Amino acid sequence: MALTSSSIPRLWRLARLDYDGVRNRPILLYPEGAVLLNDTGFAVLELVDGKRSVADIAAILRERYQADVSADVAEYLSHLAERELIHDD
Amino acid sequence: MTIDRPTTLLAELTHRCPLHCPYCSNPLDLIRAEGELATDDWKRVFTQAKALGVLQLGLSGGEPLVRKDLEELAAHARELGLYSTLVTSGLGLTRARAERLRDAGLEHVQISIQDADPEVAERVAGISSVKQKRAACAIVKELGFAFSINVVLHRANLDRIGEIIELAASLGADRLELANTQYYGWGLENRAALMPTRAQVERAQAIAREAIQRYRRRMQILFVLPDYFESFPKPCYGGWGKLYLVVSPDGRVLPCHGATQITTLTFDSVRDRSLEWIWQESAAFAAFRGNDWMKEPCRSCPRKTVDFGGCRCQAFALTGDAARTDPVCTLTPDRAIIDAALAEPGEPQYRYRILATEPQRV
Repeated sequence: MALTSSSIPRLWRLARLDYDGVRNRPILLYPEGAVLLNDTGFAVLELVDGKRSVADIAAILRERYQADVSADVAEYLSHLAERELIHDD
Repeated sequence: MTIDRPTTLLAELTHRCPLHCPYCSNPLDLIRAEGELATDDWKRVFTQAKALGVLQLGLSGGEPLVRKDLEELAAHARELGLYSTLVTSGLGLTRARAERLRDAGLEHVQISIQDADPEVAERVAGISSVKQKRAACAIVKELGFAFSINVVLHRANLDRIGEIIELAASLGADRLELANTQYYGWGLENRAALMPTRAQVERAQAIAREAIQRYRRRMQILFVLPDYFESFPKPCYGGWGKLYLVVSPDGRVLPCHGATQITTLTFDSVRDRSLEWIWQESAAFAAFRGNDWMKEPCRSCPRKTVDFGGCRCQAFALTGDAARTDPVCTLTPDRAIIDAALAEPGEPQYRYRILATEPQRV
């Protein structure tokens, strides 16, 4: 379920971003499951709003980190899409 | 040994339930209403669970809707930031109640469906329930909850798995859990009446696999194979005392919902101890944590970090020793117990789950 730079990702309707104050980590919560996120993962998912494309998200992060992260962004979101946590339709 | 933080708490708020399903996951010795924890006890448990690291809360039973304080408990869970799932039969889920639960911040509702055939569904539930369940599904859908349907599979409904999947889709489920019966407690009592044939299981698995692909991104379908038909046991919630804990209606804290059947263990209660103490220090949670308790063939087996020796409850129920390898495993001679059960002739009668002291047939 690979996403391309023009894909417009959105979170699964049943998932939401949160912060776990016990583990001090951002977290993606959904029915019967949770993914503990690292800072990079959170930085990507925070920008997923169903309007920005993968390229838009990568551009914002490139600006922020002064590095080309487009391949990483597409790969990370594709991985979550494989798990049906990210949709792009 | 490092003790992990739990991620999931199943709160069995009550054992009271209008349904009598013969595969119920509650223990045979059901707790009566007067033995249940009070509202403040449950709120304290949820607060302690959150501090311990719990992220997911199952508000379960019995039928949790029989608790009049369910809205208050759901609101408390939401305040704590827990992701709550109401695990319900749907009976008693009126529009007014559903709206109050939504306003309390409940996010996810899981309704059980017994079958696509209404007549068989009601025979299995032991009560007229199909109409109320359909109405509950419609309300849940309309109010915008995250919505799962759970179906326990067995000999009498497995051949209709295709119809069941289509029914769940037509009811608008976001998720569908197709879970084959687990043979502990009531399920073990009714094993001969519930056990499917291998041909049934294989056909159902093929249909489920196709549907999982077809419904991708519309309805997430989970299909859990019956472990009796597998060669290796299931990992019990990621290992004993690793990620999961259950609080029973009377306050005893368990590593899984079936653990009270291990009569050689004593389970501490939240009435006497904090959840953290029970998780970190209690003998019952320490009993099968990690690998040190394992005997052969598990002890030297590379799969021990994959399946953790399988289910302790199943090992105890079938061999009398909770520290033996789960008899589902084909590497243990105890596998003969499973194969003998698979060869048993079917039994037409269910022993229904009833909150009573005497076993009854309905």
